[in-house]
Amino acid sequence: MSTALLCTRGLAKVYRSDPVAVEAVRGVDIEVGTGEFVAIMGPSGSGKSTLLHMLGGLEPATRGEIWLRGRRVDQLSTAAWAILRRRHVGFVFQFFNLLSNMTVADNVELPALLAGATPRQARRRREELLGELGLADQAGTAPARLSGGEQQRVALARALANEPSLLLADEPTGNLDSTNARDVLRLLQRTHERGQAMVLVTHDARVASRADRVLHLFDGMVADDAPVLRLPRPVNGVRDVVELHG
Amino acid sequence: MRLHLLALLAKEPAHGYELKLALEQTFGEAYPSPNIGQIYVTLKRLEQDGLVRSEDVEQTTRPNKRVYELTPAGRETLRAWVDEPSDGPRIRDEFFTKLVLAPLAGLADRMELINSQRRHYLGIMRNLTGLTPSSTPAGLLIEGAILHLQADLDWLERCQEELV
Repeated sequence: MSTALLCTRGLAKVYRSDPVAVEAVRGVDIEVGTGEFVAIMGPSGSGKSTLLHMLGGLEPATRGEIWLRGRRVDQLSTAAWAILRRRHVGFVFQFFNLLSNMTVADNVELPALLAGATPRQARRRREELLGELGLADQAGTAPARLSGGEQQRVALARALANEPSLLLADEPTGNLDSTNARDVLRLLQRTHERGQAMVLVTHDARVASRADRVLHLFDGMVADDAPVLRLPRPVNGVRDVVELHG
Repeated sequence: MRLHLLALLAKEPAHGYELKLALEQTFGEAYPSPNIGQIYVTLKRLEQDGLVRSEDVEQTTRPNKRVYELTPAGRETLRAWVDEPSDGPRIRDEFFTKLVLAPLAGLADRMELINSQRRHYLGIMRNLTGLTPSSTPAGLLIEGAILHLQADLDWLERCQEELV
């Protein structure tokens, strides 16, 4: 099998609700290398979220194979997936999915504790992450008191708590205003620059444009898979991209 | 540039070089580099059209400078410009005609056309998101360009859904 960090072969998902069967993902082959940042785009209903959920073991595949770190994982049980995710896969959702009855600090420490870290290790890692994401002062706060952008940064910290091999994110800026989206994008990019492999489903072209590669899904299949073009940089900055008329 | 100069003169009378500085300070690098010669030519034309008038002001150590001010006709023209809604952005019809016509002539496959156009837009987007604006107006213009490009990409998806 391929030496890629993540790879799929003929991955498919069929939703059955008798007598109808809807094929949401119809035979997807993808490969993600170590440290690579791949964005998945496509119209709504093209199967991109379903694909991402299968990659993270949140939904079982109907057909095909998923290989993570050289190991076949598509047939793992729910419990085995949960353990695998704890160590190797971080997940960020569009609607943050933070635990509302826990503080920000506890949300970020929990994954480390579940993975067997000592409370002291978990706390150190949490302090480091919240510091980096500019949330050190919010550690004792309940997530609901934070803005959407801050909640998404906490979710990112939580996803990175165990230094996963792979970060999966489903529309991470989909529910944020422009300024917050820009902050989250900057953090994602910094995370990637430090060598974090990421697969992001996104409708936001700002996010996709920072990826190494963009996959375009259409009708449950990969319609395009290409590196993001490096066009000549605008020499005159803003002046090259906008034109004011009188 | 005519209306931009009128707008600056509506605030206070000024000479050519002051107008150039004012444009640079207001828009930062976003303004298509105001050239002083062009500003003088424009002012002369505005004067011929009766929208501004000018007067030589003596300076002791330097040559006289010509100071311009708005006329009532100029103020009216400016008012009309401000009150009139601006045109919306135009659809990128060049790509659209390609998309519709090229497959008919057997010149290209629509999916491939859309894919290559999307790649191009994402390349532009990558450059836009990498720019560091020098001022608030410049930042807002970049954001405007980003939003337009996002709309173009969304529209590309609609074309794909309907035509492919």
